[in-house]
Amino acid sequence: MLVLIVGIGKVGDILTEYISKEGHNIVIIDIDPKILETTINKYDVLGILGSGTSHNILVEAGARKADLLIAVTTSDEMNILCCLMAKCLGTKNIIARVRDPVYSQQRSFMSDELGLNMTINPEYEAAYEMSRILRFPSAIKTDIFAKGRVELAEIKLGEDNPLNGHMLSELSAILKARILICAVQRGNEVIIPSGNFKIESGDYLYITASHQELSNFFKSVGIYRERVRTVMIIGGSNIAYYLAELLDGLGMNVKLVEKEEQRCLELSDLLPNTKIIYGDGADRALLLEEGIENVDACVLLTSIDEENIILSMYAKKLGVRKVITKIDRTSFTDLLGSLDLESIISPKTVTSNNILRYIRAMNDTMGGSVQTLYKLVDGKIEALEFLVKNDKLITGIPLRDLKLKSNLLVACLIRGNKIIYPRGGDTIEPGDGLIIVTNHIIKDIDDILL
Amino acid sequence: MNYRIVLYIIGHIMRIEGLFMVVPLIIAVFNREETILSYIIPIILLLGIGTLLTVKKPENRRLYAKEGLVIVGLTWIILSLFGALPFIFSSEIKSFTDAVFEMVSAFTTSGASVLGNVEILTPSQLFWRSFAQWIGGMGILVFVLAILPQTETQSMYIMRAEVPGPVVGKLVSKIRLTARILYGIYVALTIVVVILLLIGGMPLFDSVLHAFGTAATGGFSIKNSGIAYYDSVYIEGVIAAFMIIFSINFNLYYLLLLGKVRDFFKSEELKWFTAILISAVTLVTINIYHIYGNIGDALRYSSFQVASMVSTTGYSTVNYHMWPEFSKVVLMILMVVGACAGSTCGGIKISRLMILGKSAAREIRKIVYPRSVMAVKIENKKVEDEVINGTIIFFIVYIFLIAVSVFLISLDVFDFETNFSAVIASINNIGPGYAIVGPAENYSNLSNLSKWVLMFDMFFGRLEIYPILILLSPRTWIKKL
Repeated sequence: MLVLIVGIGKVGDILTEYISKEGHNIVIIDIDPKILETTINKYDVLGILGSGTSHNILVEAGARKADLLIAVTTSDEMNILCCLMAKCLGTKNIIARVRDPVYSQQRSFMSDELGLNMTINPEYEAAYEMSRILRFPSAIKTDIFAKGRVELAEIKLGEDNPLNGHMLSELSAILKARILICAVQRGNEVIIPSGNFKIESGDYLYITASHQELSNFFKSVGIYRERVRTVMIIGGSNIAYYLAELLDGLGMNVKLVEKEEQRCLELSDLLPNTKIIYGDGADRALLLEEGIENVDACVLLTSIDEENIILSMYAKKLGVRKVITKIDRTSFTDLLGSLDLESIISPKTVTSNNILRYIRAMNDTMGGSVQTLYKLVDGKIEALEFLVKNDKLITGIPLRDLKLKSNLLVACLIRGNKIIYPRGGDTIEPGDGLIIVTNHIIKDIDDILL
Repeated sequence: MNYRIVLYIIGHIMRIEGLFMVVPLIIAVFNREETILSYIIPIILLLGIGTLLTVKKPENRRLYAKEGLVIVGLTWIILSLFGALPFIFSSEIKSFTDAVFEMVSAFTTSGASVLGNVEILTPSQLFWRSFAQWIGGMGILVFVLAILPQTETQSMYIMRAEVPGPVVGKLVSKIRLTARILYGIYVALTIVVVILLLIGGMPLFDSVLHAFGTAATGGFSIKNSGIAYYDSVYIEGVIAAFMIIFSINFNLYYLLLLGKVRDFFKSEELKWFTAILISAVTLVTINIYHIYGNIGDALRYSSFQVASMVSTTGYSTVNYHMWPEFSKVVLMILMVVGACAGSTCGGIKISRLMILGKSAAREIRKIVYPRSVMAVKIENKKVEDEVINGTIIFFIVYIFLIAVSVFLISLDVFDFETNFSAVIASINNIGPGYAIVGPAENYSNLSNLSKWVLMFDMFFGRLEIYPILILLSPRTWIKKL
C-alpha cells in the first residue's frame, strides 16, 4: 500500500514509524530539508521536499496511485486543501488533521461533501480519552471494544495487592469476578502470560472484562475508587476546553486554572458551567487556595511537559485520587512509571492510534475486518478486535486445534451480547467479535495462524 | 560503536563473496585447470568465517552513521584481501602485495594492473578479476541490500556511504526495492553489451569479461594490448558508447523506465556531461590530427580515449602517452572530473563540480554586491548549505590526499609525471596513467610502499574518502564520546 504523509511534526513522525513497521510504502512530504533528512535516516521511507499543496509535488510523490494520504501539517487549511487536491488526483483515501473547533463542528459536512474519509482532532481525541479515564478511575486507562461491551483496563499492582505472588490459574478461585489478564508489563518486558505465570508487585496488568465484571474485580482486590465528582484542570489549552465540555456533560464539577487573562475570558464565554480561575497553575499557594486537596481528580494540561510532571507529583502527594498528565514528548515516558504517575496521555499517540486503526481497517479482507486497535506499552503489543466473516480457515474449528502463533492470545469472543472467554473447546463462528492480544502485526484475521 | 552488528553484516558479506567465488571455480573445473584448490580453500574460509559471524543475530541492531561508514570501509578491505587469495594460492601472482593490489584495483573498478603479461593467467583467474570489478562497480553492499529480506530501517547509512555522489536519494520508498532497481538496470545494460560485442565477432568469454570491465567502468582487459587487440571500429564504438552510458546517473535510467523521457533530457548534470564530452573530443581530435593524418582515425582514437578517461574506465586503443602534451592534459583533467554522480564512475563527479563552481560564483558576486542573497541551484532545486559545505570539504580533503600520496610515492625513483599520474589514476579509479605507469606499461615497477599507498587511494576514490578516513581515524576505535 502506498501511503503519503504530509507534514512531519510530532504526529507525522510517530505515524511514519508505525506505518513503516507495518511494511507499507511511505512517501513523506515536508518543507524542511533537515526534518526530511533525519526521518529518512530513521525509517525506510522516501522523502520529497516541498509543499503538500503543490500539484507537482503531490504528483511526484505518487498521489495519482496512492492508497492513502494523511495531511498532518500545522495548518488546518493546508491539510484540507492538500487532501482535496490528492483526492482529485486519484488518491483513494484521505485523512486530514483539523484542529480548529470551527471545522470540528462541521465534521459530517467535510466527510460527506468534501469526501474526507477521516478528520482527526488530536486535542479532542486526547480530551475524549481523558474523560473516559475519569469515568472509570480505578484503572490507569481503559479502552473499549465492541462499542463498550468489553473493556480493556490497565492497572498497576501495588505492594499490598492481594493478588501479588499468585499464579494466573489460581485467580478465578480468589476473585469474585470473571476477568482475563491478557498482558503483563514487567519493567521493559511485555509478557503475554499463560496459566502458570506468577504476577508480582509492580507489574502492570492489562485486563479484559465487561464493565460490570471489571467493577467487581476492582472491589474484590481493594483498588476500587469512588466515582469522580470534582475535577481540577490546570492549563487552558484546547484540550482543556474539550475536556471541560465533556466532563460537564457527564455531570462533573470542573474548575479550570489558566494563567492568561485573555484566554480566561474566552473560556468563560465558551464554558458557562465551568469555574475559570485566573492564576498561575504552578503556584502552590493558589492551588491550595482553590482546594486542590479536596478534588477527586486533577488533570495537568499546561504546555510544558516538565511542569505537568512536577504538578502531577505534587497532586499525588496531596492525596488526589486520580491524576492525569499530558505529555507531548514521549521519548522518556517509560521512566514516568517509576514516579508513580500512571495515567499519561499524549495527544500524538492517541491520534496515531486512531489513524492506524483506520489503516488496518482498510485491509478489509475476506476473513474479517479490524474494528478496533489499541497499541499498548508504547506500541510493543496490540489489542485488536476483528469482526469475523465466513472464513473457512478459522471458523468452526475448536481453538485447541487451531495452530496459533506464539505470543498471541485470543482474549474474548463476543457473540451477540455474550462475552466468552474461550477455552480449548470453543469455536470461532462467523459474525463473532474476536479480541486478540499479540506482539505480532496482524493485518488480516488469517495472520493469527502460524 | 556497535561492534556486533558491524561483524554480523561483514559476516553476511563474506558469505556472499564465498558464493561469488564459486563461479570462477566452476570455470576452472570446466577448463580442467590446476587451480581448483586455490578457489576451494578461500571459499571454505569465507563461508566458514562468514557463518561463524552470522550464527547469532545481534540483539542490538541499531546502526548509525558511524557504523555505516565503518561497515562499508571494512567490507571493501576484507573483500579485497580474501579476493586476492586465489592468486596467491595458485601462485599466478607471486607477491602478496601484488595480488592484493590486483584485487583492490579490481573491486574499486580502477583496472590498474601489476601484470606485464595478462594472457598467461588461466581463464578462471581472468574471470575472477573482471567479475570482482563488475561487483565493485555497483557496490557489494547495494547488492546485499537488494537480496537480504526486509533490512533494518537505518541501512540508508550504508547505501549512502557506498553509492557515489554528493546527495544520495532513493528511487522508491523501500531501500530494498531501490537497490533492486539499480542492480536490475546494471545487469540489463551489461547483458546488452555482451550481446553487442558478440555481434561484433568477439568470442563469448572475451565479450562477457569486457562487458564486466565496461559496465563497472573498470578497465581490466584480458589481452595485453587491450581493446586494440581486436582492431575493430565496431567493437571500439560499442565499448566507447557503453562507457559513456555507464557514466550517467542510474537514477536517470529509472526516469526513462518510468517513461519520463523529458525529465531525462532536462538533467543539468547530463547537459554538462555532454558539453564536456563534445569539447574534449573536439580539442583532442584537432590536437592529434597531425599524428594520424586523417580525420577519421584521429576522431576514432580521440573519442575512445576521451570516453575511457571521463568514465574513469582506463581502456586504451593507442599509447596516448605518446600524444602531444595538450591532449595529455585534457585527458588528465577528464580523469579528475569524472562523470555523473550515481553511476559506476570515479573522479570528483560533475555534480560536485557544478556545486563548487556555482557556490564560487556566488561568493564572488557577494564580494561585489555584499548585500546580495542568492541560492545555489542545481536541477532547478536549491542546494542546502550543508551539502555545499560537504562538497567543499570533500574537495579539500581530496586535494590533500593527492598531495600526501604524491609525497609518499616520490620516495620511488621515478619522475614527477609518473608519480602524479599514478596517484591521479588511482584515486579516480582509472588505472593507467602516464610514463612508467602509462597504457603500455604497468604498475609492477613501483615499490611495495607505493603500491600500498595507491591501494588506499583507490579505496578513497571508490568510496569517496569518508569510509576509509573514518576507518583510519583512531577516534573511531577509542571509546570516547
